[in-house]
Amino acid sequence: MSERRVELDVLRYNPETDRTPHFQRYSVTCREEWVVLDALNHVKETVDPTLAYRWSCHMAVCGSCGMMINGEPKLACKSFLRDYPGVIRVEPLAHFPVERDLVTVIDDFIAKLTRVKPYLIPKEAKPIEAGEYRQTPAQLKRYKQFTLCINCMLCYAACPEYGMIPKFMGPAAISLAHRWNQDSRDGGRAERQEEIAATEGVWECSFTGACSEVCPEHVDPAAALQRVKIKSTIDWYLAHTMPWLNK
Amino acid sequence: MAEQVTRKPYLRELPRTLWFLRHPRYVRYMAREFSCFFIGAYTLMLVLGLKRLAEGPEAYAGFLEALASPGAIVFHLFALAFSAYHSITWFRLTPKAMPVQLGENFLPDGVIAGAHYAGWALVSLVVLWLAGAF
Repeated sequence: MSERRVELDVLRYNPETDRTPHFQRYSVTCREEWVVLDALNHVKETVDPTLAYRWSCHMAVCGSCGMMINGEPKLACKSFLRDYPGVIRVEPLAHFPVERDLVTVIDDFIAKLTRVKPYLIPKEAKPIEAGEYRQTPAQLKRYKQFTLCINCMLCYAACPEYGMIPKFMGPAAISLAHRWNQDSRDGGRAERQEEIAATEGVWECSFTGACSEVCPEHVDPAAALQRVKIKSTIDWYLAHTMPWLNK
Repeated sequence: MAEQVTRKPYLRELPRTLWFLRHPRYVRYMAREFSCFFIGAYTLMLVLGLKRLAEGPEAYAGFLEALASPGAIVFHLFALAFSAYHSITWFRLTPKAMPVQLGENFLPDGVIAGAHYAGWALVSLVVLWLAGAF
């Protein structure tokens, strides 16, 4: 197994002592098949135990280790060192406040996720004895892609709209709202539309498409947002041209 | 009681005007958005042509003559290039916005985008037919 010396430029920020963040260079011997997260763990274990970052599963499932690697939003556990020949620049996810080193404050995203009610709101509630809510494979296929979101927030770090207009609900929250709206068992669309069909909802999106380009799970949030726009537009025309359809 | 934790989140500044130079994908996005200026300018030129036509044959002949000037030809070349870029980039995105599900499968992206190209060709033929090209 080949090894190589890897240079990492890591953005450091200690809220107790620093006024602004600064880069710190680490040089460690890594195995060629390692990912950036392995290199960070190696730094923490052998060079600097004060380095702070989030991670958990090391297999692109938990969505914790999102960070900017050479300026691109990436999961550190899915970014192989062999793809980065030179010095690797590691920064906290863009557009989020920095709590410490590579750890960001994600309260804003969590609040938005909560607002879109990303869970089943049954069309008709029924007692447990009545059995499960059933669905055909075709009905499942309609939304399955959007269930793959791991809330890693790479899409928020890529979205220039979110960077400039922090009130924007953003790609992942709207995609998850769309996922439940597309579910044949769900009846919560009207509640979610209050949040996502608003100005700060889907209408801040200008279809840069960066969210879909960086999504590690190929959820394609940009697609979800455009479909929400079309559906919301149809809602508006129906409400204004055929008001009798409204209950 | 745990020790009081100091929190002082740091928000990194973003460039407000030339933010799109940060990454090629943002430059491509701005190029797509910018292309609409040429489409708008070309539309204004067509409206001006209609106005000249309404003013009489002499005014219209003057308009046609102006169109043959080198500046107008250069403008047309730019407008053609940018409107082709505009159409191609948007057509490429149509499968994202309007997927067609048949049973458990979705129509391939190429079919959705292809249908838009077919529509474009059809409308162009109708315009040419109305203009007496056939």
